[in-house]
Amino acid sequence: MNDGRKQSHATRLTRWLVGGPPLLFLLLLVAVPGAIMVLASFRYPGEFGGLAPLFADAQTLHGVTTETYRFFFSDFIYTEVFLKSFGMALATTLICLVMAYPLAMLIARSPKRNRNLMMLLVILPFTSNFLIGIYAWMIILGPQAALNHAINALLGAFGAAPVQLLFSPFAVLIVMVYVYLPFMVLPLYTNLEKHDPLLLDAAQDLGANAWQRFWRVTFPLSRPGIFAGCALVFIPAIGMFLVPELVGGTGDIMIGNLIKEQFLATRDWPFGSTLAILLTLAVLLVLWIVAKLSARGGRYA
Amino acid sequence: MRRGPWLWTAGLAAYVFLYLPLTIVVAYSFNDSRLNAEWVGFTWHWYRELFQDQDMLNAAGNSLLIATLSSLSATLFGTMAGLAIHRYNFKLLNFLVLAPVAMPEILLGVSLLLFFIQVLNLTLGMLSIVLAHITFSIGFVAVIVRAQLTSIDESLFEAARDLGATPWKTFRYVTLPLILPAVIAGGLMAFTLSIDDFVVTFFTAGVGVQTLPLRIYSMIKIAVTPEVNAVSTLLMLLTLGMIVLASRFAPDVLKGKI
Repeated sequence: MNDGRKQSHATRLTRWLVGGPPLLFLLLLVAVPGAIMVLASFRYPGEFGGLAPLFADAQTLHGVTTETYRFFFSDFIYTEVFLKSFGMALATTLICLVMAYPLAMLIARSPKRNRNLMMLLVILPFTSNFLIGIYAWMIILGPQAALNHAINALLGAFGAAPVQLLFSPFAVLIVMVYVYLPFMVLPLYTNLEKHDPLLLDAAQDLGANAWQRFWRVTFPLSRPGIFAGCALVFIPAIGMFLVPELVGGTGDIMIGNLIKEQFLATRDWPFGSTLAILLTLAVLLVLWIVAKLSARGGRYA
Repeated sequence: MRRGPWLWTAGLAAYVFLYLPLTIVVAYSFNDSRLNAEWVGFTWHWYRELFQDQDMLNAAGNSLLIATLSSLSATLFGTMAGLAIHRYNFKLLNFLVLAPVAMPEILLGVSLLLFFIQVLNLTLGMLSIVLAHITFSIGFVAVIVRAQLTSIDESLFEAARDLGATPWKTFRYVTLPLILPAVIAGGLMAFTLSIDDFVVTFFTAGVGVQTLPLRIYSMIKIAVTPEVNAVSTLLMLLTLGMIVLASRFAPDVLKGKI
């Protein structure tokens, strides 16, 4: 008995010895900064940017305000950027899904010895810095590049006005898809790899054609992979600021660009924090919806 | 198995889509022309230029130093976190480890910026970058280490305990040797993440310190020069080497990245 109690005491001690240091570090650098951002969103901006000091005078109550939130909803411009970012992230997610599905299926149905290499080939471009990917597309879509020339020649043949590929919503979309495609392939592949090929044989024996086999067997079974992939693409995509900044036009800015602007250029940190909090809420909402949907899909899986 | 022609076509098209842009960057890094428009001839010129660019060399030095410091610390903390989550079912720690990875990167960047300046009153620079990089790397190491721990037969630890080993001895002679490949793979992953990171570094670097990605960013913002092709090619090679090395230690490391 006594021994057992000593054991659990020792266990509790090692638990904190092992888990304590990383816990302390992450509390300090994740939880505290997060809490400060929430606080900051209810503050006034400082005279020279940043925040007004929290305890400048006795009347600290004056320091708390919901003004930044009211400001956000007072001008439709901000809501519009949020909606546009949602649209862009959603479009990116759907295109990634359509492109990734056949690729993941091809890999999952390849001989076992080739699968790891094929997956490695999907992941390698994504482990390289995504700045490089963006830069590569700046070359490809650039006004001097062959692609733009060819498209304009084609448009010219039909009597249409020439277009610029770079600095357009089209460029933002294609580069976003490029950056996030591997995020979609991975969970899809992990799911599709587990499917029992006998199911498809059974379906065929029962007279299902190729389309029916996909739509009635493979696709419903892959729903968990689809949801995971969509969340993995949508969430980072909606916070992206680099792609719109580098390959988008002035009208293509997203939430991330607004946040960056408030923190680094305008230096209105309370408003920047408000935008960041609203982005967090939007992401949590999406996560919640995905969790709900996949819980429902679980019954079929 | 069933791999119809349409599946092959769509799959191969996706591979081309993934590789064409990077191939162009690598090819143009050897192109004897200022414009990234057409192939003129082979040259090492841009690489020579790169190694004479003092700002670029400084940035590379900073990147390597930051990656070394942050990956070593993240490996230590991440391994401890992985152990604690696996062994003691540490829910809060599990949440804190995954939160910075699960949210858009910009949120971690701006919240750390706020924290460093408003609370710590820290001048942004090397220290703030290293702290920020440790923060997002811990999760990756913890996930890899934890995955390895779940694959180990629990009876091994019980056997060690029954033979009278103290918790420390069990860790030193049983657990550590078994998870070491995952720890090394996690460390290499953390190093790669740090070298490659742009977003979080961008917000926590301040004005004084440049890293390779920050330098590439400021170059492509101003003008597209072939030097960017050369530095990008080298950075890709470095990342490639790291990832291949990491996947030798732990084959599942690539799944851990996501």
